[in-house]
Amino acid sequence: MFRAAHSIKGGAATFNLIDIAGITHELEFILDFIRDGSKCLLQSDISPMLAAVDAVRKIIDMRKGGNQEPLVNQQAVIASLRAIVNSKNLGSAEVQADNYHNFAEHTQQFESNGANHTLQTGGKSEDEQLINNWEIIFIPSQNIFLTGNDPIRFIRELSELAELTVNTNIKQLPNWAFFEPEDCYLSWHIQIRGMITKSDILEVFEWIADDCQLTISPLINNEDRSINSKENKQSDERDTLLDPTEQLTRQSSQVQQLTPVKKEQSFTINTSNQSIRVNVEKIDNLFNLVGELVITQSMLYELGILFSQGNLDCIERLQSGFTQLLQNTKELQESVMRIRMVPISFIFNRFPRIVHDLANQLGKKVDLKIEGEGTELDKNVMEQLADPLVHLVRNSLDHGIEAITQRMQNNKFETGTIKLSECHRGGNIIIEVYDDGAGLNRQAILTKAETKGLIKSSEHFSDSQIFELIFEPGFSTEKAVTDVSGRGVGMDVVRKNIYSLGGNITVESEQGLFSRFQIALPLTLAILDGQLVKVGSETYVIPLNSIVESLLMIPGAIQQVSGALEVYRLRQENIPVIRLYQLLNLTAANTDLTNALLVVVEVDGNKIGLLVDDLLAQQQVVIKSLEANYDKVTGISGATILGDGTVALILDVSGLVRLVTDDHCFKPCAA
Amino acid sequence: MNEAVMEYDELLATDSNTQQFLTFILADELYAVDILSVQEIRGWEQPTLIPNAPVYIKGVINIRGMIIPVMDLRLRFNVGNGECIATTVVIVLSVKQGGVNRTMGVVVDAVSDVVNISESALSSALPVKGVIAADKISGIINIKKKTATVLAVEMLFDFKPSIPISNDF
Repeated sequence: MFRAAHSIKGGAATFNLIDIAGITHELEFILDFIRDGSKCLLQSDISPMLAAVDAVRKIIDMRKGGNQEPLVNQQAVIASLRAIVNSKNLGSAEVQADNYHNFAEHTQQFESNGANHTLQTGGKSEDEQLINNWEIIFIPSQNIFLTGNDPIRFIRELSELAELTVNTNIKQLPNWAFFEPEDCYLSWHIQIRGMITKSDILEVFEWIADDCQLTISPLINNEDRSINSKENKQSDERDTLLDPTEQLTRQSSQVQQLTPVKKEQSFTINTSNQSIRVNVEKIDNLFNLVGELVITQSMLYELGILFSQGNLDCIERLQSGFTQLLQNTKELQESVMRIRMVPISFIFNRFPRIVHDLANQLGKKVDLKIEGEGTELDKNVMEQLADPLVHLVRNSLDHGIEAITQRMQNNKFETGTIKLSECHRGGNIIIEVYDDGAGLNRQAILTKAETKGLIKSSEHFSDSQIFELIFEPGFSTEKAVTDVSGRGVGMDVVRKNIYSLGGNITVESEQGLFSRFQIALPLTLAILDGQLVKVGSETYVIPLNSIVESLLMIPGAIQQVSGALEVYRLRQENIPVIRLYQLLNLTAANTDLTNALLVVVEVDGNKIGLLVDDLLAQQQVVIKSLEANYDKVTGISGATILGDGTVALILDVSGLVRLVTDDHCFKPCAA
Repeated sequence: MNEAVMEYDELLATDSNTQQFLTFILADELYAVDILSVQEIRGWEQPTLIPNAPVYIKGVINIRGMIIPVMDLRLRFNVGNGECIATTVVIVLSVKQGGVNRTMGVVVDAVSDVVNISESALSSALPVKGVIAADKISGIINIKKKTATVLAVEMLFDFKPSIPISNDF
C-alpha cells in the first residue's frame, strides 16, 4: 500500500499535479510509520486516510473534466493526516519527531511553491548540505526494463548535474546460454565531482527508488568507501505494478463511491462499455480447446472426402468423430462460460468501506466478516446483484445493528457483527447477509401491514409469511425517513432484481437476536441443463438441477387428500401432484394419473410432482429472455430455441409453485 | 377510379413532408403503421404457446435467435374471428423503447399497400370511443375511398388487456 501511495505521488509530481502529490505525500508518511512499526494503526486514523483517498479521487475527476480549481477541503484533509502523524509522535522517540519536522517543512514547500517543487525524503541536515564529491552505488532491479525504465537515462540525467566517473559492474552477467535480453544484469558505481546536494541526486532516482538498490555516500577520499547503509533503499524483485486484486479493489470501490447517491431510488443497471478481467489460465484453456476443435474439424473434413469417393466403410470413424466434436463443443462452451465467471470478491470488496463509512455516520460499531469471497459467479448476475446486496447491508447496518447503548442494555457485545457469506449448494449459489442486531419486529410489521390493508388482523400467519411482507412496495416500519433508509422503496426492488435473476430471497429472524437474508441464485444465466418434457402439444424445459427424479406413477400410490388435493406416496413422502396442463392452460394428451409420468422437483426444500405427458431428451439449452420483447410470465423463467428452430419455454419451478400456492389463497375467497 | 388515383398522387406532390405507411387489413377494416417500424413480413407459423397469456397473444416465435411474442391484432381489436389460415400474415414490428429495441409480431389478415401520406393529411382519431384504447391510435387517414386507422406502434407493446378481464370475484 505504501508502494502504491508512493507511485501515485511520483506520478502526480511528474505531471505537475501538486495537490495530489501533497496529499499522497502525507499518506505515505503515515503508511511508512505503520510499515516500520513505529506507529500502530488506530481505528480513528482510518477515516481521515480514506477521506484523503477520496479527495485524491475527486481531484483526478476534476482534472479529467478540465477543472483546475484546487479542492475546497484539501487543506483540511492534509491537516487531518498531519494530525495522525503528530499523534504518533506523542509516544515515540525524539529523533523521529525531529524527522517529522523536516518532513513537514518539505510538504509546506509542496503546497506553496507550485510548479518548481522538489520531492524530498530523508533528514534535512545531510540532504541540503552541498558536498563536493558523492559516491553512488546504483543497482537496478533485474526487471527494471519491464517497468519501462532505462538506467542509462538516470545516469545521463546525473551527468547534467555534475561531472561523472562511471564504472559498470558486469559481474552479474550470466553465461550467454542463460542470458535473458529483457533482464538488467548491470550495476553501476558512480562518482560525482561537483557541488550538489544529496537531495538533488535522490530527485534523479526518485522515479525508480523502489526498483533499485541505491547507496549514496559522500566521497571523502578514494580509500574511505564506507557504505552508508542508512540510506539504503529497499530493494526487492517485485515491480511497482499494482497487483491485480488491488486494482480490482480500487475499481470496485470507485464504483461504490459513485453509486450511493442514486441507489436509494432505483437500481438502474448500466452495462455499457464494461470490460472483464480474465485469468490467463482460462484463456489458455480456451486456446487449447479451439486447437482440438480445429483438429476434429479437419478429421471430419477428410472423412467427408472419403465418403464422396464412395468409400462408405468408415461410418464408425465418422461416428467417433462426431462424438469428439460433441465433446469439444461442450468443453468449449464450458470454458466460454467460465470466462464470464468472476469471483464474488468483485462486489464483496466494496463492503468494508461502505460499512466503515456508514457505521461512523450512524455512530455504531460494526465488525464485518466476509466468507467465501473466492466463489465464482456469472458476471451478469454479479452486476445485478451488487445493488441489492448493498441495500441489504445498509439495511442491516441501519435497522439491524442497534446503537451501542442499546446493545449494552441487551447484554450484547458493543460491536455488532455483519456477516456476508457465499457458498454453492446444489445448482445454486447461496449468498447470506447476516447481522446479530435487533432482528425483525414481527408485531410492528403486522400492525403496519394491517394499517396498509395488506392483511386482515384475524388471519394467522407464520413468521416467514410475515417477513415476506417487508418486500412489499412502500413498506417500511421506520417512523422517520433518514438519508440511509426508511422510505420503503428498496426491499421490493431487491426482491424484484433477485427474481429477475431467477433467484429467490428468504428471511429468517429472531427478534432481538439476529436477522438473516438468504439469496439463492442459479449458477449461471446463459446456459442450463434441461429435461425436455411434453405437455399437450407443447415442449417445455425443466431445469435439470431442480429435478429429483422422474417416475412412472403406480396406481395404488395416488391419493386424494384435504379437499381434492392429489398426492403421490413416494417411499415415505407424500408429494403433491401438480397437473401441468391445468396450470399452463393446455389440453393434455393424458389426464389420467394412473400410469402417467411424474417429474419430482424440489423447490425451497419442498418436493412437488409435475404431471407431464412425455419425457423427451436431456440437453443443454441456451436461455433466452422472454422479457426482452414480452412481459414476465409467472412460472416461466425464459425460452430457448430447440434444434428444429422452434421455441420451447423453460419452466421456473419455484414460480410454478408460487402460482399454485397463490391459487389456494384465492380459492376460498372466490367460493 | 382515375379520379381516385389523381387525388392520391396530388397528396404526394403537394407536400414534401410525407411519411410512408404500411397498410394492412383486419377483417374489413384498413389499418396503417409507420413503415419505419416494420422489420419484416412473414407467413403464419404456429407459435409456441405462452401459458395463461391473454387470448390475443398467440405465443412466441424464433426470429434468427430472438424470441418474439406474436399478437393477433384481430383478437386484440375485436375485429374478425381470428382464424389463422395459410394466407394469414405476421408483420414483425420493432421499436426503440428506453434505449432497447423491442420486437413483436402482429397477426393480420393481409398486407395491403405502402402509401405516402403528408403529415397534414393525418387527422386525429375519432371522438367516439371504439373497442381500441385511444392511446393505441395515433390518427386516421383517408386513402383513396377508404379510411385507415394509424396505429401507435410503441403503444402496441403494452400487452396487458386494456379492459380488465372480468373475474369471478
